[in-house]
Amino acid sequence: MAAKSTTPDTGATDGKKSNVSKDELLKYYREMLLIRRFEEKAGQLYGMGLIGGFCHLYIGQEAVVVGLEACTKEGDKRVTSYRDHGHMLACGMEANGVMAELTGREGGYSRGKGGSMHMFSREKHFYGGHGIVGAQVPIGAGLAFADRYKGNDNVTFTYFGDGAANQGQVYEAYNMAELWDLPVIFVIENNGYAMGTSVKRSTKSTSLYGRGLAYGIPGEQVDGMDVLAVKAAGEAAVAHCRAGKGPYILEMMTYRYRGHSMSDPAKYRTREEVEKMKAEKDAIEHVRDLLLGAGLANEDELKAIDKQIKDVVNASAEFAKESPEPSVSELYTDIYA
Amino acid sequence: MAIDVLMPALSPTMEEGTLAKWLVAEGDAVKSGQIIAEIETDKATMEFEAVDEGIVGKILVAAGTSGVKVNEPILRLIEAGEDANAAPAPVAEKAVAEKAVAAKAAPAVAASTSAAVAVVSKASPDWPAGTPMKTMTVREALREAMAEEMRANPNVMLMGEEVGEYQGAYKISQGLLDEFGPKRVVDTPITEMGFTGIAVGAAWGGLNPIVEFMTFNFSLQAIDHILNSAAKTNYMSGGQLGCPIVFRGANGAAARVGAQHSQDFAAWYASVPGLKVVMPYSAADAKGLLKQAIRDPNPVVFLENEIMYGQSFEVPDLPDFTIPFSKARIWREGTDATIVSFGIGMRYALEAADLLAKDGISVEVIDLRTLRPLDYDTVLASIQKTNRCVCVEEGFPVASMSDHLASTIMQRAFDYLDAPVITCTGKDVPMPYAANLEKLALVTTAEVVAAVKSVCYR
Ligand SMILES: Cc1ncc(C[n+]2csc(CCOP(=O)(O)OP(=O)(O)O)c2C)c(N)n1
Ligand SMILES: [Mg+2]
Repeated sequence: MAAKSTTPDTGATDGKKSNVSKDELLKYYREMLLIRRFEEKAGQLYGMGLIGGFCHLYIGQEAVVVGLEACTKEGDKRVTSYRDHGHMLACGMEANGVMAELTGREGGYSRGKGGSMHMFSREKHFYGGHGIVGAQVPIGAGLAFADRYKGNDNVTFTYFGDGAANQGQVYEAYNMAELWDLPVIFVIENNGYAMGTSVKRSTKSTSLYGRGLAYGIPGEQVDGMDVLAVKAAGEAAVAHCRAGKGPYILEMMTYRYRGHSMSDPAKYRTREEVEKMKAEKDAIEHVRDLLLGAGLANEDELKAIDKQIKDVVNASAEFAKESPEPSVSELYTDIYA
Repeated sequence: MAIDVLMPALSPTMEEGTLAKWLVAEGDAVKSGQIIAEIETDKATMEFEAVDEGIVGKILVAAGTSGVKVNEPILRLIEAGEDANAAPAPVAEKAVAEKAVAAKAAPAVAASTSAAVAVVSKASPDWPAGTPMKTMTVREALREAMAEEMRANPNVMLMGEEVGEYQGAYKISQGLLDEFGPKRVVDTPITEMGFTGIAVGAAWGGLNPIVEFMTFNFSLQAIDHILNSAAKTNYMSGGQLGCPIVFRGANGAAARVGAQHSQDFAAWYASVPGLKVVMPYSAADAKGLLKQAIRDPNPVVFLENEIMYGQSFEVPDLPDFTIPFSKARIWREGTDATIVSFGIGMRYALEAADLLAKDGISVEVIDLRTLRPLDYDTVLASIQKTNRCVCVEEGFPVASMSDHLASTIMQRAFDYLDAPVITCTGKDVPMPYAANLEKLALVTTAEVVAAVKSVCYR
């Protein structure tokens, strides 16, 4: 058992050194770009009044979920907060169904009843989409409890934010997860801020990856802007869980480029801070550089991918606009199973 | 092809805004994700990022322009060599978007009207005749109440998520950190159960904490301390440990925020002995009752509403005024039927009364204001006069405040009733996200009108 920090600022991986294939890099590039373009489109539709309420974009954090999804097998589960669009796209849910849920239409994953924060897919083992900060953490441990009970080797990825990491129920879940050796990976997406509160303003114990040690859970801090580093850390954590050794904590150091939700003026950080992250740490640019730098792909190939992604996203926006509102009779359905 | 960039909606309730500043000029190249303008909404100044790439062909709305409607073209992006006056790409999206905006604004009660609501009833019993009045929003009234009480009593302090440096998630505590400092305006981590318990302990230790829940949906994380620690201990201690604390924040449905963020807890908290529960409608009541709550030696649950925050009302311009608990307010006198409501339910009640007056039905409208202790006398006296009653609230129908009122009226004024009491509430479903379903899930003015007609056999 250990807690380690792979100093995020210097840990950027080199494509060649890690022997990563062209196909693999292109897959990451495509998946991260899909999330980014999708989220930009969602922001635009919000601006046009087609999406309402809260809408939390995942732009900047793409490498976390794409890197970890690369470690999964069929049967593995995932659960997260309201900042969930990226997780859904990365686990293979359709852009059309996600976008149509954002516009509150019949073609959405919850048939328009859930909205941006509340989508689910049994088929893809995606358990939400939760609006109460921290609530998904014991739920994730519970999904792992069921897998352990049934005796399979599935793993549950339980995602939560740096702000959520202070909720008491997180530590209740840690204790039981270790006590009962539950196969759950607690993924802390540390994007530096919980709404307007920086990590430093919410705790003096800022090494979030080390907070499981008191319960016996190993933890690791990872450069969450580097998809290859995420993947490597994810593989180790998954192996630990599948071997029946209990839970694992991964603290992903990442950054959200946009405000907390659409109505956040983000006065708690400087424009320079955001621009510096974009310029120096961008996850998509990193993979792009690896591909071009190692001569694994040329500009034209990447342009073609950009175009494909744009088409998928535009089609999802069209679908989300064309899909009808749910029928009025839906008001009273689905209250009970 | 030229692309027109449209004025964005930057919050769930924004319909228009001010184009504060352009960060690009004509001729500049714009990249996707680049911040191109600063836009002021009712709550904040927001940065606006470009989605499409291109060259700024023409700025269509000058910096400093206010009242720019959502979806109005504000800037034209062109490609190199293209004419800035070229007609933009036909934006099929625009028509759809306009429809969507209209749909969003359609639940008239949800859209905030900034016009002051006139007091129809005769001089208020809450302040002396001739008192000068000023217009202010519910948001400002709540802020003033807290600031005045903090000035008057050094033991009053505010605690909650984003109340300090962020100036409040809904800007209720704006400026309080500057005036009172971080000792008295305390930003907490997102740990409702912990900070609520800490606040209860601090109240027993001699402070008068105000706990802000960002919204009351999150008070469920802390409800054990509100009920088991704050509400019951005075009784359990034989009267030794009263708990002078206020739990306040936005309660009830906002706009399009889904099932976990849209719930009215009025009836939940009002069922608990040991708590006092307040749910104001007007800004004057928000101010007077919040001051009263802060001074009360008991735990007070103070239920606000996000949609009401921006609404303006007349508020007495007095250096220090409070409104006593357990006193309903008659907003409108009438003879044919009584509508009893509270909080945002008053919007439907007053709208319905206006519409019914046109049909010759004279409705008395009572705002309970305090839900515990409840002013039964005012309600019963009105029913003795009108013999008919409709109760209105946004919460769930089962075990609602309206059910409690109907049962009380039946037990205490049965002989006066000419019709059964009808309850108009939110529907018996979790709040759906879809715009059309959300509208149906809430109580509507039309339902209140129909209910009053029904008790009047019209
Ligand atoms: C129990 C609870 N308290 C407060 C909120 C309001 N809220 C929503 S998101 C958020 C910040 C969470 O930050 P973090 O956990 O870091 O996740 P991020 O948004 O950065 O992804 C807050 C305070 C909530 N939804 N639930
Ligand atoms: Mg965060």
